[in-house]
Amino acid sequence: MTEPGARERAIVVRDLTRRFGSFTAVDNVSFDVGAGEVFGFLGANGAGKTTAIKMLIGLLAPTSGSAHVAGLDIATQTEQVRRRIGYMSQRFSLYEDLTVLENIALYGGIYGLDDAQIAARASRMLKTLGLTNQLVGRLPLGWKQKLAFSVALLHEPAVVFLDEPTGGVDPITRRQFWELIYAAAARGTTVFVTTHYMDEAEYCDRISIMVDGHIVTLGTPKELKTKWNVGTVDEIFVRLARAS
Amino acid sequence: MSSTLLAFIIKELRHILRDKQTLTILLMMPLVQVILFGYALRSDVRDVRLVVIDPSPDYATLALRARFTAGHRFKIIAVTPTIQSVEPLFRRGAIDVALEFEPDFAMHLQSGGPARVMLAVDASDPNTATTMQTYARAVITGYETELGSRRPQTVRILPEVRMRFNPTLESVNLFIPGLIALVLTLVSALMTAISLSREKERGTLEILLVSPLRPWQIIVGKVLPYLGLAFANVITALLAAWLIFHVPFRGSLILLLFESILYSMVSLSIGVLVASVTTSQRVAMLIALLATMLPSSLLSGMVFPTASMPKFLQIVSNIVPARWFIVIARGIMLKGVGLQYLWRETLVLALMTLVLMTIAVRAFKPRMS
Amino acid sequence: MNLRILKVLLRKEYLQIFRDKVMLRQMILMPFVQLVVLSSAATFEVKTARLYLVDRDHTDASRGLVDHLIASRRFGVVGASASSDLANQSILNRSAGMILTIPHGFENDIVRTGIGGLQIIFNAEDGALAGVTNSYAQQIIAAYSRDISASVKPMAAGAQAIDIRTRGWYNAELDYRDYMVPGILVQLLTLVGTLLTAMNIVREKELGTLDQLNVTPIPRSAFIAAKLIPLWTIAMGMLSIGLIVAGLVFHVPMRGSLVLVFFSAAVYLVVALGIGLYVSTLVDTQQQAMFISFFLILVYLLMSGLFTPVRSMPTWAQWLAEMNPVKHIIGIMRAILLKGANMVDIARPLMILTVMGVLILTLAVRQYAKTSR
Repeated sequence: MTEPGARERAIVVRDLTRRFGSFTAVDNVSFDVGAGEVFGFLGANGAGKTTAIKMLIGLLAPTSGSAHVAGLDIATQTEQVRRRIGYMSQRFSLYEDLTVLENIALYGGIYGLDDAQIAARASRMLKTLGLTNQLVGRLPLGWKQKLAFSVALLHEPAVVFLDEPTGGVDPITRRQFWELIYAAAARGTTVFVTTHYMDEAEYCDRISIMVDGHIVTLGTPKELKTKWNVGTVDEIFVRLARAS
Repeated sequence: MSSTLLAFIIKELRHILRDKQTLTILLMMPLVQVILFGYALRSDVRDVRLVVIDPSPDYATLALRARFTAGHRFKIIAVTPTIQSVEPLFRRGAIDVALEFEPDFAMHLQSGGPARVMLAVDASDPNTATTMQTYARAVITGYETELGSRRPQTVRILPEVRMRFNPTLESVNLFIPGLIALVLTLVSALMTAISLSREKERGTLEILLVSPLRPWQIIVGKVLPYLGLAFANVITALLAAWLIFHVPFRGSLILLLFESILYSMVSLSIGVLVASVTTSQRVAMLIALLATMLPSSLLSGMVFPTASMPKFLQIVSNIVPARWFIVIARGIMLKGVGLQYLWRETLVLALMTLVLMTIAVRAFKPRMS
Repeated sequence: MNLRILKVLLRKEYLQIFRDKVMLRQMILMPFVQLVVLSSAATFEVKTARLYLVDRDHTDASRGLVDHLIASRRFGVVGASASSDLANQSILNRSAGMILTIPHGFENDIVRTGIGGLQIIFNAEDGALAGVTNSYAQQIIAAYSRDISASVKPMAAGAQAIDIRTRGWYNAELDYRDYMVPGILVQLLTLVGTLLTAMNIVREKELGTLDQLNVTPIPRSAFIAAKLIPLWTIAMGMLSIGLIVAGLVFHVPMRGSLVLVFFSAAVYLVVALGIGLYVSTLVDTQQQAMFISFFLILVYLLMSGLFTPVRSMPTWAQWLAEMNPVKHIIGIMRAILLKGANMVDIARPLMILTVMGVLILTLAVRQYAKTSR
């Protein structure tokens, strides 16, 4: 059952919990993400970010609580959810022993695009990124990440999940990457992104900070900075992390 | 030993100990294998299924049939008058031997013979076939003797045969030394090759490289835990063999353990070598399999005697470390001999270790810089 | 099943397989190496046994016996003396495999009593070798006693009461290689099928690409089919190479229908691949996958009758062997190739394999979950 107003809300999370044995990785988390929003999901390593993302994209079943993505229940409508989302993990996960076009053809085929659509989108993608077709393994890391993001958007998903997409990438490439994110958001795609880089957090429409399986604060970067009376998101983060 | 190296070794040890699944299998493997080898792998022939083709049953054929069923070796499955129906039974593997009497067998026998009988054996397995043939012949000859219609005494030469070191030819006694070699190879060569190439595949080797560890220290840190594991396996296999199957242990345990370590070092060097020339775990595994496991199990004399191999394979078998180790292990366990008889084999293993280690450390270096 | 998705997934798998040249070369090389090395190595036949001679008789009879042994080409004298100590040394340092001691008075006993005694000591450290050598020695000595019967007691050589003739069906020359080759082909199929399947899937787990695929709407059946079909075709290809080598190089008989060989192998491979698939659902790293599959394969092969006959095992082990797919396919392969068995002859093991295939695939597909619990 979808809640009223779910159309405007791309992600609705209510009391989401995941336990591994006696350890609670995600503890009663609730939040909403609006359609077309760039939502920053912050937290230290081991705070439960990846576990939460894995539940939202249907790789991990929740212990209790509920979540709707693009208006669909992740527990009962998992396969439909999968058609409506894109995902890019912290580990580069395109096939390095396939060429750029072969990777695009693979994912295009999986999402049911026909050959003409794949060809059109592939050539547009190569042009936007300024890439030539070659083995993906030979590309520098920054290019790989931009390519992976573009491939995650290939089937024009409603929501795209990015798990630390800019890890290990130089500052210039990170800027270019965020331009791609804005472009996607401008086309109406909701972007759910986790990151380590607190300067990147400032680029988000809204951010949440997770500590020990709880979301301890949530709002626009400006709101949060006012609330905590500090100059940067980084300072909030350090304070919260120290408090835990 | 420097503290960096110690820390690194502890890290490797943690890796292995954390993976309970693999560890359980690693520790159980020698036990399961000893039990399988000991109980299941026998080549004695029992319950031979026999078809009798008896066109004209008479007292002689009936008596012979009775003799076949009297012993516990043969089981008569069917008796038919013609050979026609026998072929499909052979093809399906439902029978092992067909015994065909000529018509009027007893009459021929009475008139001074010879009375003819044909033994057809399923020879697709040549070893079993030969044994079954020998057993069947013995039954018929026994009947012949009983008939009393024996020819005059002939010359008989009666050899007294002694099987030294293993009087009953108990196969488990023979397999245990080979098994130890196999387990050591598996743990030392295969696991090392895969564990090292995994670090390469994941790029974590580069992180180790920029650490203050020197290449040989990285190698030592990687292989030492596996050496310990291999050692535990040898002990398990020996204990199981001794407690369950009462495999004799005539020589020095210390010497055997020392030789086991020596053999592990050869295997570990091969593992490092394989890892340094390959780039992915899959390839490392395939090459390690081809280069160590297959030769160790088949060219080492563990199951099939090296003396039975064609010349070129006998020459090849000389470069298989397991071949030398098995001679050593059998010598110590079954013959109870010491270094005065095994120094040559020990020297070969030591030389192999030296050469392979040197090559392995060198091959490892350029990859790291 | 969505055929379009299956098609793109298959295309990806084949591209990856054919791009990995090292792997490909290994896979083509393996049947050759295995067949050439294993089929030549896997034999108990004894070429020349090294004999140490202690002849204390020095008569025509003792020399005649030794000559007979040497003439058979099965035995070679590597040392001779009258000293038991030296003889003993030769066994301990492995320069000889057996000691033949002919006691003083050997010829005399034969002439007087018709019975001659002698002693043979084998180094049973290598039991298989000792056993086979012993049977050769017994045969030659028996033949020799018949020979000298004629000269020592001419009247003794009488007619036999029963004339036993023997015939070895399917392998009259008792060529061990003919027996081993079908088994080795099966070993090859098992290694490729189980090991490569398990590692292929776990590799994607390790690289993180499996998660990436699992967040897409790929049906489980399409994913699994796309993983299994390429490895299945590779194994069938290796079987073809293996059969060609077996036929052309080793002249292994192929009495039955090759179509039936391939059909049975096809069914068996479903089982082997299914086991690999199942293993891959249990583990997280390639090292574990390799290890578990290797352990399973080793047990399967040892219990399959490849090296020692299943019917020689204790009854409980024979029951266990019934659950071993390798045992059934080895039986089938040997029956078709060596005996020319037809569909009806192999119906039972083939049925068992089919059932196993269905069971293991169902189990593995159920175990393979896109969402972990």
